[in-house]
Amino acid sequence: MKGNEALAEAAIRAGCKCFFGYPITPQTEVAAYFAKKLPKVGGTFLQAESEIAAINMVYGAASAGVRTMTSSSSPGISLKTEGISYICGADLPCVIINVQRGGPGLGGIQPSQADYFQATRALGHGDSRVIVFAPSSVQEMVNVVNKAFNLADSYRMPAMILADGLLGQMMEPVEFPETEAETFEKPWATVGHGGVREHNIANSLYLKPDVLEKSILDRQKRYEDIEDKHTEADCYLTDDAEIVVCAYGATARICKSAVNAARAKGIKAGLFRPVTLWPYPKKELIKASENAKSLLTVEMSTGQMIEDVKLSIDCKKPVHFYGRTGGIIPTPAEVTAEIEKIAKEGV
Amino acid sequence: MVFIIIGHYGSGKTNFACNIAEKLVEKYAGGETVAIADLDIVNPYFRTADYTAELEAAGVKVIASNFQTSTLDIPSLTFDLAALSGEYDNLIIDVGGDDEGAKVLGRYMNALDKGKISILYVVNFRRYLTRTAEDALEILREMEAVTGVKANNLVNNTNLAEETTAEVIAESTAEADKLAGFMDVKNIITVVPEGIDYKPLNAFTAKIIVNKPW
Repeated sequence: MKGNEALAEAAIRAGCKCFFGYPITPQTEVAAYFAKKLPKVGGTFLQAESEIAAINMVYGAASAGVRTMTSSSSPGISLKTEGISYICGADLPCVIINVQRGGPGLGGIQPSQADYFQATRALGHGDSRVIVFAPSSVQEMVNVVNKAFNLADSYRMPAMILADGLLGQMMEPVEFPETEAETFEKPWATVGHGGVREHNIANSLYLKPDVLEKSILDRQKRYEDIEDKHTEADCYLTDDAEIVVCAYGATARICKSAVNAARAKGIKAGLFRPVTLWPYPKKELIKASENAKSLLTVEMSTGQMIEDVKLSIDCKKPVHFYGRTGGIIPTPAEVTAEIEKIAKEGV
Repeated sequence: MVFIIIGHYGSGKTNFACNIAEKLVEKYAGGETVAIADLDIVNPYFRTADYTAELEAAGVKVIASNFQTSTLDIPSLTFDLAALSGEYDNLIIDVGGDDEGAKVLGRYMNALDKGKISILYVVNFRRYLTRTAEDALEILREMEAVTGVKANNLVNNTNLAEETTAEVIAESTAEADKLAGFMDVKNIITVVPEGIDYKPLNAFTAKIIVNKPW
């Protein structure tokens, strides 16, 4: 399947019943797949008049306790951020997909990872966080969609799948697990009180500072719980690695080839691949880089995840950077050359 | 001859089109010109034009649509297909992967010499929406409706990318035969990736040109 189609099929299997979106390259197939399939399983697909409208429709569907999703690419995600912040403020679950392209502004339509800061720090104003998954294969796209829905429901907050144009457009074989979608009790859903309980209200407006502070601090506790329990990373040949390459998404696949090439040249290189970007797998990185003399972060950006890498290890080891941006994909040979350069210099 | 390659997204059209182009160059050994035109205005990823360097090194002229000259993020056509078909002895046309993509072709069909056209429908029976002969026929009919012409060749390109085996291809023959019946096509071309030991009737050995960047 194509990555974008796999995202949509996985969401349908996870029980997503409402999809709202607006077309943008390179993620349009997500919406196109939902448009074909969702009505057949009793769901609702709606092409909104804009990205802003789409995220606010998600806000509405999430309020009613329905598993809901929207999808876009970089410039479209920027448009959605107001709505995302409202959804965070109202403590509602949903899943948002960003199939990244080049930026800023309209940027380009080729793959990019330049929205890392936005995804991990700035999807909404006001002390809000969004769980961020970074799959690196079409199969992993399928796997993380289900996790994203479950975590979003259990913590009542949005989760994002941060992909890129390469993963979205790529064809790979996939298997869908034969498991039933999990369901969560949603006593807060605005589905009618039936005259037996108080009104449920979906709202992000708290005009009394003490009430607002309490709601933020309550949310903060949930964030800490997620940071504690739900980090995920994949390590490849890191046990004895002297140089640990850190990369996520499609770039991690390129780096894996580079690590293999470096190993063939006698350089002890390994790969650390975060699957969750927020929360960042700090403990996992500290362990993976135990024997490392230095680290190399590789991204399709000018250097964003490198900040989390440095923070995770408390800047105790040198962290190098290699990146291509604007829609250029780094090649395994370029990354191998960087690894060789570091190996030659010693750290 | 004009070879028009149609098929759903991910059917392997582009890889097949590039292989035909290279095989034609080999066959004529410089005696006839071979060009490939990228008519896909729907999808800007994994396109014929991405393999221009390799194709041109093999002696294939690549004519690509352009998506870097406008403020739209979709490709646009900057060539006249009818004129091109007169310019080259062999022209391969790689068409976009659905009825929207095929619409572009419909615009040129009347201007092309019908006697010199071969339309090849590429199917991967391991793809969603083309798992069965019936599904594959539905997609084909949608494309035929907008182009106004019928496909007269069936290319069974069933594959699971790097996980393709002889069994994967062999399993698809029943659906391929059924589809050929629906299409009223006698011969089925079966694509066998290089390195796979499988020899069906009308096998077409293909190298993997459309590759991933790792």
